Amino acid sequence: MNGKPLVSIVSAGLSKFGKHEGLFAREIFSLAVKEAFDRCPKLDPKRDIKALFIGHMGESYEHQGHMGAAAADWAGLLGIPATRTEAACASSGAALRSGVYAVLSGLADVVMVGGVEKMTHRTTAEVTEYLAMASDYPFEQFHGITFPGLFALMATAHMNAYGTTQEQMAKVAVKNHHHASLNPKAHMQKEITVENVLASKMVAWPLKIYDCSLITDGASCIILTKPEIAGKFTDMPVHIVGSGQASDTIGLYERKTLTSLQSAKLAAKTAYEMAAVKPEDVNLAEVHDCFTFAEIMAYEDLGFCKVGEGGKLVVEGKTALGGRLPVNTSGGLKAKGHPVGATGVAQAYEMYLQLTGQADKRQVKDAQVGLTHNVGGSGATATVHVYRSDQA
Amino acid sequence: MSTQAPFTIEQFYKYLAEGKLMAGKCLKCGKIHLPPRPLCDNCYGQDFEWTEVSGKGKLLTYTIIHVAPPQFQTLAPYAVGIVQLENGLKIPGMISGVQQEQLKVGLELTIDFAACSAGQAWPQWQRYCFRQT
Ligand SMILES: [Zn+2]
Repeated sequence: MNGKPLVSIVSAGLSKFGKHEGLFAREIFSLAVKEAFDRCPKLDPKRDIKALFIGHMGESYEHQGHMGAAAADWAGLLGIPATRTEAACASSGAALRSGVYAVLSGLADVVMVGGVEKMTHRTTAEVTEYLAMASDYPFEQFHGITFPGLFALMATAHMNAYGTTQEQMAKVAVKNHHHASLNPKAHMQKEITVENVLASKMVAWPLKIYDCSLITDGASCIILTKPEIAGKFTDMPVHIVGSGQASDTIGLYERKTLTSLQSAKLAAKTAYEMAAVKPEDVNLAEVHDCFTFAEIMAYEDLGFCKVGEGGKLVVEGKTALGGRLPVNTSGGLKAKGHPVGATGVAQAYEMYLQLTGQADKRQVKDAQVGLTHNVGGSGATATVHVYRSDQA
Repeated sequence: MSTQAPFTIEQFYKYLAEGKLMAGKCLKCGKIHLPPRPLCDNCYGQDFEWTEVSGKGKLLTYTIIHVAPPQFQTLAPYAVGIVQLENGLKIPGMISGVQQEQLKVGLELTIDFAACSAGQAWPQWQRYCFRQT
């Protein structure tokens, strides 16, 4: 592997992110599917698509498991092998990775990968409990440690080790809300200030409500093909040139370090090597900002800056639109929203738009190399993918 | 060996109810597991012995949970942290009896076996917590 395309994205779809009152997850998924089909008239879904992988985190939200078959049915694809992948908030990052496996194995030359979650009909307390299921039960959930709590534990350690501040974290929220204001599909369309963030309600010190990603309904979908046949479906494919996935202890407390995610570093190393790309070659990235602090840590784990300097990077504006390396142009999990199972492929959707010049008001000029970073749980799973435009 | 208590998480909590913080030591490679586990992840050995661990340690990191799951709402806000014990191993838990302003990385803490009860819905295992040493 030396930067050659592993698979090609020939189409992509995304439902509006936000509240979809009265819709089940599978129905929201069909909205994303429709956009992907409409974008790619040369694709005959029933003839061409050979497999479906769909990320879906929780049975608890709708009392519904077995999302693979349900999603295939509502996508009009009954008969094909359809499998749900679950890796907490990286469920559809894992679906994407599974799609790469499927195409590279030669068993399927055209694959749909997607993700979905329906969350907003539940109370915040219920969602807090369901999300916590992705953390260690006997030593974390059992002791009342929530999901924001786990990232707060990492944030406290990072603040103590490197002097990272709540103001720096707030800057991530301000930036991503600004980006989301340019994305009509984002859940939140309004700009916020550092003062808004600092004054917002405490969730798990030092993380406040505006440091947290949103409870959102949404679905995502992309169509992958063998690179050799991408031209049959589109003149503008986006190639995935690196794919990494890694695991770490489910309990945060057992990790060697609390200030970085080894899973993300491992996944990034694999993906960078496959892609023959260095961090400084990346033109834009979608990273897993489930909490503002997580974006700061992601900069460091992905090699976008030195360890301990993630807070500085955002304050200097380097990761904002117009900066050297725009991060989360979609608005990120923070402001576009975080329907957990949909997030990994939603990041790939943004990359598809950006690298084909279809990102409208938030378009990054001359972008050729992109990266997505999707984290499950408190970092027990991470997936990293590297993308290249066809022109590169 | 057959009469020995199983090297499981459940047994770990049973010992806590007796006021003992116990870890499993692999007889093949010597690795100490906290919590104990039935298969050594280092050497794949399955033979262990119980070893009592000091419940004193230092706070590595902490947070104060304000938005809690339904089972813990009556306790919120409450402090939780990760404590590095004297033998170097780490365990998380609630921190009781320490003012928020006094919480800091490096604070010396000791395990308290008295239950920090949080209602009935979850398994009724002993729930340890940490207090200032
Ligand atoms: Zn061993």
